[in-house]
Amino acid sequence: MPAEQNTYDAIVIGSGISGGWAAKELTEKGLKTLMLERGPNYEHIKDYKTANLDPWQFPHRGEVTQAQRKERPYISRTWGAKEEVMESWAKDIDCPYTEVKPFNWWRAYRLGGRSILWGRQSYRWSDHDFEANLKDGWAIDWPIRYKDIQPWYDHVEKFAGVSGSLEGLEQLPDGHYLPPYDMTCVERDVAARIKEHYKGQRHMIIGRVANLTAPIPGRTACQFRNRCWEGCPFGGYFSTQSSTLPAAVATGNLTVRPDSIVMRILYDKDKQKATGVEVLDAVTNKTYEFYSKIVFCNASALNSAWVLMNSATDVWPGGLGSSSGELGHNIMDHHYNVGAAGVMEGYEDKYYYGRRANGIYIVRFANLFGDKRDYLRGFGYQGGGSREGWSRDVAEMSVGAGFKEALTEPGQWGMGVTGFGEILPHHENKITLDATTKDKWGLPVLSMDAELKDNELKMRKDMASEAQAMLEAAGVKEVRTWDNGHHIGDGIHEMGSARMGRDPKTSVLNAYNQVWDAKNVFVTDGACMASSACQNPSLTYMALTARAADFAVNELKKQNI
Amino acid sequence: MNRRDALGRVALLLGGTVVGAELFLSGCKNAPDKNIGAGGTNFSNDDIAYFDEIAETILPATDTPGAKEAKVGAFWATIVKDCYTEADQKVFLDGMKKLNDACQQKNSKSYMESTPEQRHDLLVALDKEQKDYMAAKKKDDPSHYFRMMKELTLWGYFTSEPGATKALRYVQIPGKYVGCIDYKKGDKAWATT
Repeated sequence: MPAEQNTYDAIVIGSGISGGWAAKELTEKGLKTLMLERGPNYEHIKDYKTANLDPWQFPHRGEVTQAQRKERPYISRTWGAKEEVMESWAKDIDCPYTEVKPFNWWRAYRLGGRSILWGRQSYRWSDHDFEANLKDGWAIDWPIRYKDIQPWYDHVEKFAGVSGSLEGLEQLPDGHYLPPYDMTCVERDVAARIKEHYKGQRHMIIGRVANLTAPIPGRTACQFRNRCWEGCPFGGYFSTQSSTLPAAVATGNLTVRPDSIVMRILYDKDKQKATGVEVLDAVTNKTYEFYSKIVFCNASALNSAWVLMNSATDVWPGGLGSSSGELGHNIMDHHYNVGAAGVMEGYEDKYYYGRRANGIYIVRFANLFGDKRDYLRGFGYQGGGSREGWSRDVAEMSVGAGFKEALTEPGQWGMGVTGFGEILPHHENKITLDATTKDKWGLPVLSMDAELKDNELKMRKDMASEAQAMLEAAGVKEVRTWDNGHHIGDGIHEMGSARMGRDPKTSVLNAYNQVWDAKNVFVTDGACMASSACQNPSLTYMALTARAADFAVNELKKQNI
Repeated sequence: MNRRDALGRVALLLGGTVVGAELFLSGCKNAPDKNIGAGGTNFSNDDIAYFDEIAETILPATDTPGAKEAKVGAFWATIVKDCYTEADQKVFLDGMKKLNDACQQKNSKSYMESTPEQRHDLLVALDKEQKDYMAAKKKDDPSHYFRMMKELTLWGYFTSEPGATKALRYVQIPGKYVGCIDYKKGDKAWATT
């Protein structure tokens, strides 16, 4: 292909949540944009093959087969191994990774990435989060504050569609919300009792979630099927396919190329800028070069770091953006698999209608407003109160007609919460290129070397005991706690591998997500995070991406990049 | 000899009329029992008929369909063959024989020959056995075979069309969510969450 046919204004690597936003913002600002996705095409509605099947139409009724487990051994360790989505995950045996320490990496290699599969919880950060590193003297200061990102939270919430309630909480700023989902009867009372018991200092609210509780232009409202991760035929939640991709396509400025594994960013050492990318076609194994004025790296936190590390040159032998020595370091996640649950008596005459694609959220309280713990930072909880179904154990009955009839009615009410805790950045929590192991395409794989440290382990004890205390204060009975341990990656919020900062000596990216060492390269996925806070991160990635795209286009206009 | 072959031969012998077939078949019922699990996880029609009768005893037809009508036996076969680990398959296959042996010992009859009452009493005893075993077992020990059978039955039945739509309430597209509504005893539970 002649170079001019392979030349665009912008290249976006990746098509997930942040890649979709980059493509939308850049094309709407008039840039001819090429979006590269390493996996196959995955078309809105048409390719949601299981979304309209009834439960009995699944041959294994939700379970995966041993043959599927053999192809996807990593995801098989997790709750992601379900019949309806098993083929959505990357085929692990084609693209393995190695583990110095155990790591569960959830990957979706197809158009839209994990935007189809995500949990959709969407929370703003506050200055308690952006100032935390500076105040604690931990790692490096964030180069931005809430005021810098606030207009971009507004921007992305309005377009993506986020439902939630206005609470007026300093540590969890309110946004632009569609009507909140309803709480169940038990949740309403638990929320009220927690508020009363803790004198208004603790808050159980309905989850803020990127599901449409009311229609927005071009998209149908949530139908309360709670089958989001199979792909929604109604476009009832935010995904690349339902939201950013159609907007980008409508500009006429977007080209999408699936099956395109970006091997490296091409770097011109004289101009100290990227000139484009080299792509390996995943199907034909042919390589191509594509050129552009700017490159947005949105391959997901670990793969964006992989692309940068694999873009080593004699100028930057550790990879593009490696001059600080921080590329691939400071891996974070949110630690969970710890919580409490019990039963709630006295609501036997209450039930609910429909399937809510959401739960409740207990807002962070630890180490805020004078509260002091023996660890840094804090955690939130997600959970819910509902009635047991047929899968409960009816202890006093064994088999037969009476047992069957009992199971046709709803069981006891239960109420449970799971913590989501902040993980501190540590330089030694890292990923590196493993040159000795190659994937199906002959490319080096990632080696994972990250683990929970003392601060997180202390926090987990508190997460379990506070969960128990709050549920008991709210009248929940027979409360039991659990801590099933956490490997990095389990939270599906891996981040930090190319952090933002104020100083090129200690960070990979500046305050606008520009790579210090190549200013026309922007990294706006989870790689950019300087700390993890405890809120689900995707909304922040969206906002940072839109902000960086705006900055990039202005810089292009000023001919600064 | 499977059931279809047996019926065909009877019909042939008697000039096309299936007179006495029931008598003939009942005399034949011990034959498949000896072959229980003989094909490993390539379960035969006899195996599936046996599974159906165990499942039906766990969840019998009442004013709503039973496990047999929901084809739970075939579901067991699919899951055990495709989804179980080798270790669990072994427990299950051994369990197929153990259940029938326990029936022979208790009733001097195979499971398939036993009356519904005898089957029920046997499974009540096995359910107690599995509950005691499960309570005492170490974390990495395998499940009790009857625990597997009971789980497969509940799972297969309540996710089947008759189970989900007749024994429970199923709404494919609820269209709304109401968090707190009145419930009166006897109303069915939702099939999906």
